[in-house]
Amino acid sequence: MNGSSDLVLILPELVLTVGALVLMLVAAWGGQASTRAVSWASVAVLIGAGIALAGPASSGADAFDGLFRADAFAAYAKVLIYVATAVSIIVAPAFFARTSGDDLRPEYPVLMLLAAVGMGMMVSAGDMLVLYVGLELQSLAAYVLASFMRRDTRSAEAGLKYFVLGALASGILLYGISLVYGFSGSTEFDLIAAAYDATPGTGLLIGLVFVFAGIAFKIAAVPFHMWTPDVYEGAPTPVVVSFATAQKVAAVALALRVALDAMGPALLQWQQIVIFASLASILFGAVAAIGQTNIKRLLAYSSINNVGFALMGLGAGTSEGAAAVLSYMTVYVVMTLGSFLVVLQMRGADGEPIESIASLSGLSRTRPGLAAAFAMFMFSLAGIPPLLGFYPKLAVFWAATDAGLFGFAVAGAVGSVVGAYYYLKIIKTMYFDPPANEIVGRDASSTLDYGLIAVAALVISPLGYLLIKPLAPVTAAAASALF
Amino acid sequence: MTGFPILSVMLAVPLVAAIACLFLDARTARWLALAATLVDLALGILLWANFDVAGPAAQWQFTEYHELFPRFAYALGIDGFALLLIMLSVFLMPICIGASWEAITERVPEYMAAFLLTEVLMIGTFAAQDLLLFYIFFEAGLIPMYLIIGIWGGANRIYASYKFFLYTLLGSIVMLIAMLWMASPLGANTTYIPDLMSHDFPVGAQYWLWLAFFASFAVKMPMWPVHTWLPDAHVQAPTAGSVILAGVLLKLGGYGFLRFSLPMFPEASAALAWLVLVLSAVAVVYTSLVALVQSDMKKLIAYSSVAHMAIVTIGLFAFNQQGIEGAMIVMLSHGLVSGALFLCVGVIYDRLHTREISRYGGLSINMPRYAVLFLLFTMASIGLPGTSGFVGEFLSLAGTYQINTWITLVCTTGIILGAAYMLYLYRRVAYGDIVHDDVRSMTDLSGREIALLAPVAAVVLWMGVYPESFLAPMRADVATLLARVERTKPVSDSKPTPGNPALAAAHGAAAHATAASGGAH
Repeated sequence: MNGSSDLVLILPELVLTVGALVLMLVAAWGGQASTRAVSWASVAVLIGAGIALAGPASSGADAFDGLFRADAFAAYAKVLIYVATAVSIIVAPAFFARTSGDDLRPEYPVLMLLAAVGMGMMVSAGDMLVLYVGLELQSLAAYVLASFMRRDTRSAEAGLKYFVLGALASGILLYGISLVYGFSGSTEFDLIAAAYDATPGTGLLIGLVFVFAGIAFKIAAVPFHMWTPDVYEGAPTPVVVSFATAQKVAAVALALRVALDAMGPALLQWQQIVIFASLASILFGAVAAIGQTNIKRLLAYSSINNVGFALMGLGAGTSEGAAAVLSYMTVYVVMTLGSFLVVLQMRGADGEPIESIASLSGLSRTRPGLAAAFAMFMFSLAGIPPLLGFYPKLAVFWAATDAGLFGFAVAGAVGSVVGAYYYLKIIKTMYFDPPANEIVGRDASSTLDYGLIAVAALVISPLGYLLIKPLAPVTAAAASALF
Repeated sequence: MTGFPILSVMLAVPLVAAIACLFLDARTARWLALAATLVDLALGILLWANFDVAGPAAQWQFTEYHELFPRFAYALGIDGFALLLIMLSVFLMPICIGASWEAITERVPEYMAAFLLTEVLMIGTFAAQDLLLFYIFFEAGLIPMYLIIGIWGGANRIYASYKFFLYTLLGSIVMLIAMLWMASPLGANTTYIPDLMSHDFPVGAQYWLWLAFFASFAVKMPMWPVHTWLPDAHVQAPTAGSVILAGVLLKLGGYGFLRFSLPMFPEASAALAWLVLVLSAVAVVYTSLVALVQSDMKKLIAYSSVAHMAIVTIGLFAFNQQGIEGAMIVMLSHGLVSGALFLCVGVIYDRLHTREISRYGGLSINMPRYAVLFLLFTMASIGLPGTSGFVGEFLSLAGTYQINTWITLVCTTGIILGAAYMLYLYRRVAYGDIVHDDVRSMTDLSGREIALLAPVAAVVLWMGVYPESFLAPMRADVATLLARVERTKPVSDSKPTPGNPALAAAHGAAAHATAASGGAH
C-alpha cells in the first residue's frame, strides 16, 4: 500500500488536524473577537470530518502497515465522538458569557478539535504506540480544557488533579505496554494477539493487568474512578459535557479495541478484570451517588455507574456483547448530553450557574418543560422502560446471559435498582418538593440549547425504539470488525 | 372487524389524550380525560362484543404483529383472561377520573395525563404478546404511579412513593434476567408469548425461572411477607390512585401467574405450589387480623386486599377449573369491590379530611344513600351470596379443597375474619349515634358520586347473580391451561375413596378399606 492511499484512509483525522491548525492561526491573529467564528468553523470541520468517514475511512482497511485501522468499529465510535464534541463546542459561548471574568477564548474550539483527533486515533489504533500517542493528544487537550476558567480555583484544581492522576495512569499504561512489548516482541495488535495465543505467560499477564489498569482510569471505572467527581465538579460544564460523552466513548471504544483486538486470545484473563470493574462500578457508582448534593458530582457518579453497565457487554466477551456496548454508548451519549444541557440551563437571577440539587426543588411548577425533559433523562439513565435507556441495559444483560454469565447479570440488575434510587431523588426534588425559585426563566441566548434538549428527549422517548431496527445492523457490523 | 387494530387504538386514544392534557388548562383537561376514558370504555365493549366466546375460535384474538428488532416485536393479542382484565381497567378508569373531579385541584393537567398514561400501560400489559413488550408495559406502570403517589399523595407520600417504586423494581428486575434467558438461544429463543407457553423448558431450569418470576409477581400481588409496600402506597395515594392500584395494578401479579408461571413452568409450579399455598394461608389469617386492629380506613381495606389476593393465589395453584375460574372472578370482583370501597372512603374523606375511623359514626342517619351503597360493597367484600365476592371465593376455595384440605380450612377462616373486620368497620362508621358535630353537617352523596358508585354496584350484583357472562369468555382458556398443566397436577391430600354399599357379606372388606385409607393420612 502506498502513502497516498494511506492518507485517504485517515482523511477524517487529516481534515480535523488541518482544520485545527488553520483555526489556531485564525485565533492567534483574530484574537478574542474571532471566538464565535472559530467555534462555528470548528463545528463545520467536525461535520467535514464526519462526511469524510463515509469514504474509505470506514472501509475496513489498515493504514500504515497495520498501525491504524480504518474499520467500521472506529467509524462508528468517531461519529459519536464528533457529534458529542460538536455539542460541547456549541453550548460553550452561552455558558462562558455568564461566568464572571472568564470569557470564552477561541482556543477552546481548537483544543476540542485536537482532542477529537486524539480520540479518533485512540479508537482506530492498531498499535500500542499509536494508541498511546492518541491518548496523550486527547489527554493534553483535556487537561487544558479542564482548567479553562483560569480565575476559578475549582477549575484550576480540576485541571491539576486531572493532570497528575492522568499522568500516573499514563505511566501505568506505558509500563504495561512495555511489558507486553517485552514479552511479545511487538507493539502491533495482531502480533500481540498472536503472542497471547501462542505463548501466554506471567509476563504477558502482568502486562495485561497494567494495560487494563491504565484503561480503567481513562474510562473512570472503579477502582480508578476517584478523579471523576472532582474533575466534573470543577471543570467548566461544556468541558464536562465532552468528558462525559465524547471522551467516554473514546475510552470505552479503546477498551474494546485493546481487549478484543490485541488481547482477544487472553479472554479468560481480562474477563475477570472486566467483570470486577463492571460490578464495582455499578455498585459504587450507585451507592456513592446517593449522598451527593451537587448535580455535576451526581452525574459524575452516574457516569461511573453507566460505564459499569457498558463494561458488562465487554465482560461477555462476544461479538453481541461488543455490539451491545456500542448501542449502550450511543444511547448513553444522548441521555448524558440531554442531562448536561439541562444542567446548563440551571441559572440564577444574575445568570450565574447553579449546581446544587436542592435548587431544582419544584422545578416542575416553575419550568414544567425543562423538568419533564430532565425527568425523562433521569428515568432513562435509570433504565426504566419505556424510555430508550432501557434498551441498552437490556442489550448488555442479554449479552451477559447469552454468554452464560447469569450471576453477573443478576448482580448488575440488582445494582441498577440501587442506582434507580438517586435518579428518583432528582425527580422527587423536581416534582414533589415545593418550589425553591432559585432557577430563573429562560433567556433568548438559550434557544439553541432548548432545541438540542428537545431533540435528545425525543430520541430517548419510546419513539426511539424505532431507531433500533436501523441501528442494530450497524452496531453489529461495527462490532464484528473486532473479531 | 378483521384487520382493524382495535387494541392499538385502545392504547393510542389515552396516549394522545395524555399528551394533549399537558397543554391544556385544568377544566379542559378533566373533560378530555373523561372523554378519552369513555371512548376507551366504548372500544372495550366493542372488543368484548366481537370476542369469539363460543366457537372453536383461535385462542388468541385481535392479534397484531410487527417485529421491531430481533427478539422484540410489537405483538398484541388477547385471550379470555386478558379480555376480562382489560374490561376491568377500562371500566374503572372513567370512574377514577370522576373521583378526582373535585378532589384534585392542583396540577390537574399533569394528574390527568398520569392517569391516562397508567391506562395505556395497563391495557398494554394485558394485551402484550411479546415477553419484552410485556415487561416494558409492566415496568413502565411504575412511573405514573410513582408520580401520582408522590405529587398528589398524603403527608408521608415521599416515603411511600420510594418504597412502592424500589420494592416493585427489585422484584421485577430479577424477572427480567429470567426473561432474557428464556429469550436467548439457551432457552426458547423467542419472545413470542404463545410460543413460550407451549415450550417445554428443562425441569431444572424451570425452578430458577419460576422463582425469578415469583419474585416479581409476589411483590406485585402482593403476597405475605412482601406486601408491606401496599398499605403505605394505598394510604398515601389519592383516592383515584388507590382505586387503580387496588383495582387493576394488583391484578398484574395474578395475571402474571396465569400467563407465565403456570403454562410456562408447569413442573416447577406443581413442585413449588406448597410455597404459594402456605404463604397464602399465612397471609389470609395474618393480614385479616392486622386489618381488624386498624384505625385508618384505607389501611384496613389495603390489608383486606392482601387477604383477598391470597384467595386468588390458592385458586390459581389448585390446578383445576374451579380454582382458576374462581381466582379470576376474585380478581375481577376484588377490583370492583375494593375500588368501590376506596371510593366510599374517598367520599367521606373529601368531606371531613380524615381517614380515622373513630372520627366518624352514625353516617346512616344523615347519609342514608351512602350507607346503603357502602353496605352493599361491605357485603360484597365479605362474600355474601348474591354478590360477586361469593362466586369467586366459593369457586376458589372449592377448587383448592380438591388438592389441599388443610390450606382450604385455614383460608376459609379468612371469610369469617373478613366478615369481622368489615362489619366492625361498617358499624363504627355508619351505625351508632352521631357524636361529632362536624359529622352531622356532612351531606349525602352528590349526583356525581352516585354516578360513580352505581355502575360498580350494578356490575357487582350482575357478577354475583349471573357469573356466566364473565366465566364464558375464559372457559376455553382455562381448559387450554389445564391441558397444559395436566401432566404435573398434584394429587389431593385427602385421597377420598368411593363409598361401598354396606352389604352384609362385604362388610368386613369395606371396613378394611376404610382403615387402609385412614392410615394413609
